[in-house]
Amino acid sequence: MSDNLAELVPDMAHQSRLDKKTSYKMSATDKFISVVIYTLFSLFALICVYPFYSIIINTISANDISARGDVVFFPKHIHFQNYIDVFKIPGLGNAALVSLGRTVIGTSLTVGASAFLGFMFSQEDMWARKFWYRFTVITMFFNAGIIPWYLTMRSLHLTNNFLAYVLPTIVAPFFIILVKTFVESTPKELQQAAAIDGAGVMTIFFRIMLPICKPILATVAIFAAVDQWNSFQDTLLLVTDNNLYSLQFILYNYINQASSLSTMVNLQNAGSTAMSSLSTKQTTTSIRMTVTIIVVAPILLIYPIFQRFFVKGIMIGAVKG
Amino acid sequence: MLKYNTRSTSIRKFLYIAPFMALLFIFAYYPLYGWVYAFFDYTPPIPLSDSPFVGLQWFRSLVENQVKVDQLLQVIKNTFGMSGLTLLFSWLPMVFAIFLTEIKAVRFRKFIQTVTTLPNFISWVLVYSLAFSMFSSEGIVNGMLRQLGLTDAPILFLQSADHVWLTMWMWTTWKALGWSAILYIAAIMGIDDSLYEAAHVDGATRMQVIRHVVLPSMLPTYFVLLMLQIASFLNNGLEQYFVFQNAFNKDSIQVLDLYVYNLAMGGGSYSVSVAISMLKSLISVVLLFSVNGLSKMLRGESIV
Repeated sequence: MSDNLAELVPDMAHQSRLDKKTSYKMSATDKFISVVIYTLFSLFALICVYPFYSIIINTISANDISARGDVVFFPKHIHFQNYIDVFKIPGLGNAALVSLGRTVIGTSLTVGASAFLGFMFSQEDMWARKFWYRFTVITMFFNAGIIPWYLTMRSLHLTNNFLAYVLPTIVAPFFIILVKTFVESTPKELQQAAAIDGAGVMTIFFRIMLPICKPILATVAIFAAVDQWNSFQDTLLLVTDNNLYSLQFILYNYINQASSLSTMVNLQNAGSTAMSSLSTKQTTTSIRMTVTIIVVAPILLIYPIFQRFFVKGIMIGAVKG
Repeated sequence: MLKYNTRSTSIRKFLYIAPFMALLFIFAYYPLYGWVYAFFDYTPPIPLSDSPFVGLQWFRSLVENQVKVDQLLQVIKNTFGMSGLTLLFSWLPMVFAIFLTEIKAVRFRKFIQTVTTLPNFISWVLVYSLAFSMFSSEGIVNGMLRQLGLTDAPILFLQSADHVWLTMWMWTTWKALGWSAILYIAAIMGIDDSLYEAAHVDGATRMQVIRHVVLPSMLPTYFVLLMLQIASFLNNGLEQYFVFQNAFNKDSIQVLDLYVYNLAMGGGSYSVSVAISMLKSLISVVLLFSVNGLSKMLRGESIV
């Protein structure tokens, strides 16, 4: 059943149609246009990918060569010491836990709430449904501004508080719209049949709609997780306690103060028996780049899997307009 | 059917969502209460209840205090400049989508789409970190230029106060172009095949098909997105400009969002900052209603 319903979601299967659309006879101008298109797109793709590639090869190259900016196309003198050394920076492990924690907890809460609210807002007999739906959706289009937001959050004691990471994102209008649109695209008879059998609204939600909504909830989960992982502004505004710093925030600090950190790691290494040859000695560049890769790695790793979901997701959003 | 409990069911359904509505109220509506700070002379250790009420003093200072006026004018200029550039090039994702779908090699097309969408999913801090690795004085670009013998001294791309609007626009485009094109790609896939066939029968060339079939069917999407962009003209966001900001480019990078942040969190002038925030939000709402009205008038459909 759920497989059939998943097909209601428009997806890239349509893409095959594009091939038919573009089959014309090629004139000389058309060929010229093709060459230009291919070249421009290749160039832009290169610009999109190269920064990631270059940082990765720099983190595994000899640090003295990399610090001079001499690692451009291929890694030189490969080693992996940097990835061991960065975890000697105090606070990095903790920040990774904070980021992971807010991503897991925040995403679960957002997905659960979006599923439930998306479903509830499709219940036409709910009291003042239209009003509450507008009350929710309209928040996408205005905000009080960051400083008023900061001042009120502070008055609610949500500064230096982990809850400030996960509570504000629970009710997310855009995700609610996605789920509501999806629920409304499923046959009404499903819910009606269950209601006749005596199922209450909660039973219908948990036993019938939740399993059906899996595809759209996967999309929501991915968007929400990426948002949580990438979030920086809330730490910047609300957190001064080192123990609550997220990876993004710590990376921002490192970019500006990596030199003192590299000195510290080198001192630690000198104390131990580790050989501090020039190629593995930490430099400002090596610390900064290695932390960057650690922060971006989760995104790069799950990206190939999730990219098929977000295409679906944004298209449902597009249908809504 | 089941008429006897309709009323209570309907109330009960609301009660289920009530806690969530309370959360939404706290985090989306209650911050509006923070606007009261604009009417007090608030200096942090002293609580608001003990701060003197000053009425519209801060709002007046925005037009009377010459230093404030000059600063604000520069900030507004930056906001208009950068948002203006975004509006000026708002057609870029559409063109990107049109030509991307013109690529016949499926694998190549999918590869390009995948790769160009990736930057959308990294944070501005990461973008800055990439920018730093590429363009700082010991970065890779300066390394390349030196190796090629093109420069003697490193070029200080990131500290430069020149062309800041343009470089900020370029980073935004780098990050968002592939992603923004997806909506248009979806619109292209929705075009009726018979339109293509008719054009084909009529002997249309590739460019003619693009101009007379593809482009017209994308204009509604473009219009809606353009209206939304106009509505958020004053909302450039904070993060991008915050991470790229430094002592050298501060004057030309401060947009309204960054300026209110710097005023409050950097300078401690909370009240003035809230006053500007408040004006900005109000103008944004007016803008939103205007474009919505415009959309109703032109297309007979509202966008919000």
